[in-house]
Amino acid sequence: MPPLTYIDAISRGMWEEMERDPSVFLIGEDIGAYGGAFKATKGFFEHFGPKRVIDSVLSESAIIGAATGAAVAGMRPIVEMQFADFVTSGFNQVVTNAAKIHYRWRIPVPMVIRLPTGGYIHGGPYHSASTEAWFAHVPGLKIVAPSNPADAKGLLKSAVRDNNPVLFYEFKYLYRRIKGEVPGTDVTVPIGKGEVRREGGDLTVLTYGSTVHFSLEAAEKLSKADGIETRVVDLRTLLPLDRDLITESVRATGKVLIVHEDTLTGGVGGEIAALIAEHAFQDLDAPVRRLGALDAPVPFAPTLEAAHLPDTEKIVQALRALALY
Amino acid sequence: MVITAHAAGKRASGGKLSNPDRLELYYYMRLARECDNAILRLYRQGKIVGGAYTGNGNEATAVGSAYALEKDDYLFPMHRDLGAQLVKGESLRNIFLQQLGRADSLTCGRDGTGHYADPSLRLYGNVSHLGAMIPMAVGVALAVKLRGEKAVVMNYIGDGGSNAGEFHEGLNMAAVMQLPFVLIIENNQFAYSTPVRMQYAAQKLSDRAAGYGIPGFTIDGTNVSLVFETCRKAVDRARRGEGPTLIESVTMRMHGHSASDDAAYVPAGMIDDWRKKDPIDRLEKILLADHVLDEESKKKMESDIAAGIDDAVARAVESGYPSGEDAGEGVYAP
Repeated sequence: MPPLTYIDAISRGMWEEMERDPSVFLIGEDIGAYGGAFKATKGFFEHFGPKRVIDSVLSESAIIGAATGAAVAGMRPIVEMQFADFVTSGFNQVVTNAAKIHYRWRIPVPMVIRLPTGGYIHGGPYHSASTEAWFAHVPGLKIVAPSNPADAKGLLKSAVRDNNPVLFYEFKYLYRRIKGEVPGTDVTVPIGKGEVRREGGDLTVLTYGSTVHFSLEAAEKLSKADGIETRVVDLRTLLPLDRDLITESVRATGKVLIVHEDTLTGGVGGEIAALIAEHAFQDLDAPVRRLGALDAPVPFAPTLEAAHLPDTEKIVQALRALALY
Repeated sequence: MVITAHAAGKRASGGKLSNPDRLELYYYMRLARECDNAILRLYRQGKIVGGAYTGNGNEATAVGSAYALEKDDYLFPMHRDLGAQLVKGESLRNIFLQQLGRADSLTCGRDGTGHYADPSLRLYGNVSHLGAMIPMAVGVALAVKLRGEKAVVMNYIGDGGSNAGEFHEGLNMAAVMQLPFVLIIENNQFAYSTPVRMQYAAQKLSDRAAGYGIPGFTIDGTNVSLVFETCRKAVDRARRGEGPTLIESVTMRMHGHSASDDAAYVPAGMIDDWRKKDPIDRLEKILLADHVLDEESKKKMESDIAAGIDDAVARAVESGYPSGEDAGEGVYAP
């Protein structure tokens, strides 16, 4: 199979799962003949028909709620939020219904909510937000955030096959910027397992999604310019976190920088830092550092957006400071 | 008991209520009220976990509506719809296990009151955000349609809950997709302490149906036969694939919102006026006049109901509280 873009890998994953399991169906806004705002479902309507590719009303509560009900009744819906930002309009269905049903009723809720997320695309405050931290606080949900085509496909397949509501964060910035080999039909990526993207014995970056790429660039720069070797860990799953890989990385390098494009305060990075403090404090050679977006909405003008979000240079600076500690 | 044996057979064949049907409706309304009374007694004895919510005054709406369903239909009741749960076939033991928060309850003590599900009966209880149930119930109707099944989903909401956004979102989606869905608004005059005139400005809540392009009816929710007939038509329509119906059933919440609410905000005389329309008394008078019920069989029914409730409570109490050790288990499905 030729290399696929990140978004095509997601499409391929959905297609294969729909071919494999007739209980899988898609529901979302403009996902039918139009193919979706980002064309993730282009060609699906024609192939699978209106019963499996449902162009819904503009109504996030109804979409997520209906998917939850259908899952309770034994279907495996994949919901597309047009932008991750819009999940706020269906928040109640995610946290009040989907997340709590298995605990209360012992009925599985096998559903996926796809959330095109993040900035670097000049979308402004309502098309660029990172919303994962709100849901990372909700028992009963799983959250994945792939950084490359192979993981995007493999995690999508795992999410569809999981018996719980899975929030699938897909990074719009990566949609068509990166290409990669994707594994075959039966290969899945396990939920809950991170992966080391670059080895290095001096520092560790713990990150996910778009900032994996900036972190890898920063690690290369630092290696060339300063001779400092940085391990880059792609967390891949945010709920549940891969605690073993996090603590092992602290043991290996002693110094840790957490990077995400979500805002800093209350972000997933805070939870990771707390995990390290509780479980790997003795292995630390420096305070845990975090780099996130400014505590502000994602601004519109390119200059403001660049100032707001983490980038390679900001990561290099943070790593240098950490190395000097 | 002869009456419950009827439940196993065909109810209201041809959409008409036979005398055994009417007797069964009467039985379930009485059973629901006596269960509520037992729950209040247990509450006063400090045995109920959390709050106690009754459906006193709502029996005709709850029982008459659920009686319009077939075995394979889905029921999404609310906290004042114990009668509907009983009609669908829920056991008294399970009802009281839930009220008492016991280990053997359908939620294993994870949730209380009517917040349980019993998939074997296709019965799914409410969450406290009542409006949130509507899109989810609509989703079950969607699954039914996608699979080409013939089942119907019946869901309930209150005069207060009908103002939540999810009411609109769910009902609109059901209408657009022509889903087999029946939504009953139990208009019982108060949303907790807030009277209906402060909840909506429409003449009737069924007027909203026009906005969704679906039929809407406002009916006397204390007349069990009328509730049944209206709901049966809506259920039949849904089963034919013609889409949802909105039914406003007008009743009175005869007790406070919960047992801790003295309902002092209810205007003087309002309860007395509505008591004259008590749904159980209304049907009882008719059944006595029609010689479907007599004093002797009524007494027998009362004592059978009391004995059944006593037995269920006793058996529920035998089940202890869940072990605290497993409080964190079951958050995720395997």
